[in-house]
Amino acid sequence: MDLAYTDAEEEFRRRLREWLAAVLPGLPPKPPPDDWPARREYDTTWQRMLYDAGYAGLHWPADAGGQGATPTQHLIYLEETEKAGAPYVGANFVGLLHAGPTIAAEGTAGQRARWLPPVLRGDEIWCQGFSEPDAGSDLAGLRTRAVRDGDGYVVSGSKIWTSHAEVADWCELLVRTDPEAPKHRGISWLAMPMDAPGITVRPLRTLAGSTEFAEMFLDEVRVPVSHRVGAENDGWRVTMVTLSFERGTAFVGEVVACRRTLDALADEARRNGKWDDAVLRRRLGGLNAEFRALWRLTQWNVAESERTGGVPGTGGSVFKLRYSGARQELYEAAAEVLGADAFDVDREWVLDRLSSLSYTIAAGTSQIQRNIVAERILGLPKGR
Amino acid sequence: MDFQLSDDQRALRSGMRDLLDAVFDRDRLRAAVDRGGAPDRALWRELGAAGFFALRLPEEAGGVGLGLPEAVLLFEEAGRALLPGPLVATHLAAGLVRGAAEGEAVVTAVDGGLPVAHLAAADAVLVGADALTGEELRAFVAAARPVRSMDPLTPLHQVEGRAAAAEAYPGALRYEGALLTAAEQLGSAARTTETAVQHAGEREQFGSPIGSFQAVKHLCADMLARTEPARAAVYAAAVTGDPVEIAAAKLLADDAAVRNARDCLQIHGGMGFTWEADVHLHLKRAWLRSASLLGRAAAEELLAAGLGAARPLPGGSAAPGPGAREAGGGG
Ligand SMILES: Cc1cc2nc3c(=O)[nH]c(=O)nc-3n(C[C@H](O)[C@H](O)[C@H](O)COP(=O)(O)OP(=O)(O)OC[C@H]3O[C@@H](n4cnc5c(N)ncnc54)[C@H](O)[C@@H]3O)c2cc1C
Repeated sequence: MDLAYTDAEEEFRRRLREWLAAVLPGLPPKPPPDDWPARREYDTTWQRMLYDAGYAGLHWPADAGGQGATPTQHLIYLEETEKAGAPYVGANFVGLLHAGPTIAAEGTAGQRARWLPPVLRGDEIWCQGFSEPDAGSDLAGLRTRAVRDGDGYVVSGSKIWTSHAEVADWCELLVRTDPEAPKHRGISWLAMPMDAPGITVRPLRTLAGSTEFAEMFLDEVRVPVSHRVGAENDGWRVTMVTLSFERGTAFVGEVVACRRTLDALADEARRNGKWDDAVLRRRLGGLNAEFRALWRLTQWNVAESERTGGVPGTGGSVFKLRYSGARQELYEAAAEVLGADAFDVDREWVLDRLSSLSYTIAAGTSQIQRNIVAERILGLPKGR
Repeated sequence: MDFQLSDDQRALRSGMRDLLDAVFDRDRLRAAVDRGGAPDRALWRELGAAGFFALRLPEEAGGVGLGLPEAVLLFEEAGRALLPGPLVATHLAAGLVRGAAEGEAVVTAVDGGLPVAHLAAADAVLVGADALTGEELRAFVAAARPVRSMDPLTPLHQVEGRAAAAEAYPGALRYEGALLTAAEQLGSAARTTETAVQHAGEREQFGSPIGSFQAVKHLCADMLARTEPARAAVYAAAVTGDPVEIAAAKLLADDAAVRNARDCLQIHGGMGFTWEADVHLHLKRAWLRSASLLGRAAAEELLAAGLGAARPLPGGSAAPGPGAREAGGGG
């Protein structure tokens, strides 16, 4: 049991820090949240810089164009970029964390060569068309139909909550190819070009005021059969392999960011006098325990996957459950530190507080996480 | 970075579990309850022979020469098994009080105004930096008032006067004691989770195992989500020995032990409210440990004092960056 990094890991950290210190001051200013073309430009520029410096796809296997870094190196990368205030993965999220890994694991050599390099270079943006108006937590109940027609599928239906849809070049789309089969067995995974005729994207405004996601209506959209990754009707399994890329590092940047926020909150409270309130001060102390523990749990999970060469797997659900709740508590405490300023959206942390409300919903709600923990880790019987 | 148990550490932990299964099974546990928690001297010596108390003494001094990470693994097992006795005080007294290292002596400690545990059976009591034995000890015990202890495994005495207010252990020992206590809480939290899950899988109502009802299932999931971060915090604090990190470990482990025991009790229904079920033993012990050595207020204050941008995060610079991050995508 050890928390020391090896010399090679420290060397990796040092070089990364040097590079960040050299390039970050030259970045253009962050674009406003609602200017999506500018956001795309900003996010892809950063991705291109990472690519040129050899940091793109750090933990991806070499045959997918990655650097084959260890989980610990990836942890260090995420920790250092967050601490240095480097841009977040942003619009590259689905390409780098979902669609890309899926193609890397399940795609043919031709599919990998077509889609992965542009993701790593920041040339192409992906979005994720999974959720539907009637299929959220019960994702396998999705109804968007894909009917085979010659060398293509004709796709009709609607998707919702599609992040980055407005600026995406591609969509990883889950469709029903066999309506007769049991629900998990009639789904296929398609790469849909977002400029195909028949796609209508309607932005949705979030409670934070900006348009982070969209509705997508698909009216007889033609997608070539060659754009299907994995076998027909095997899309559910194909989608699940994405997990194997995370290897415990899914929330590294977020936890580091929370710890930084907590320090800043303490400084602010000391400045504005709120620190004298023992209840608030102790609340911040309690959050310090929470995020320290989540950081250590991250290191534990990463070390585990490094040892086993595998995935921490369902352990990620324990983490997400605890982290998403803790982060919401963090911004509740922030509001108390801000006092009257907590109602001014231009104040730091106020938009974060609003955004944090999605953490217990997106990527599997907390209730679904509890079901997963109880059934798949603790082995309790399935039920209603 | 290899933040995982080594093979030796795994072996140590399973050795301790096997030992406790052999020498402290459920019959012995209930026998200990029936005699009011007084430590079993023969068992104490067996623990001593196994190196439980001398674990961290150097080999030259007759110890095992291991460190805090190994100690927390043993204390976690002790917590799982509800092993009674002043384990932390005797472990910390090894090398200071004669016989402690070997399990020949039972050593307890005063902890800032809280009732003192196992005083009547003790061969020594630590009062701050002093160890009282012999005449001094007898006078100390005579002046103390027995309390009808809520925890049937921990006999208690209230002491008055200046000695009562003494903080438990001087200097670094105090934090080590808090960490070992946290490790016991962790073991208890893990055990009540297992017990709850087992019961939820077996007990049937409405024609189904109660564990198939989400209200029950989600209680169990939350128990695990308390135990695992507490485990990471306790193990990390054992590696770093850092006081703020120990405070975090104690706070999370206290919370996990107390709340898991309560949820476990709830999941057992009426059975959970009986003397016969073991769950109340976990809860009462967890309540006592929560109050001792870095209780909630002290731990939270220490953790609060550790906050601020001036204090860099472990392993790096705390360069300030832009505040707002856009909402992440991804379903
Ligand atoms: C910011 C944000 C970004 C997103 N981005 C994307 C994206 O890019 N692509 C995409 O495909 N999707 C995206 N999503 C959608 C997200 O995956 C879904 O919102 C989520 O899976 C929940 O589905 P739902 O909204 O239909 O809620 P429902 O499934 O209708 O859930 C409603 C409530 O019922 C509860 N519930 C449902 N089933 C159960 C059950 N079995 N047991 C207990 N409770 C249950 C839920 O926990 C929840 O509280 C995004 C969501 C958000 C908030």
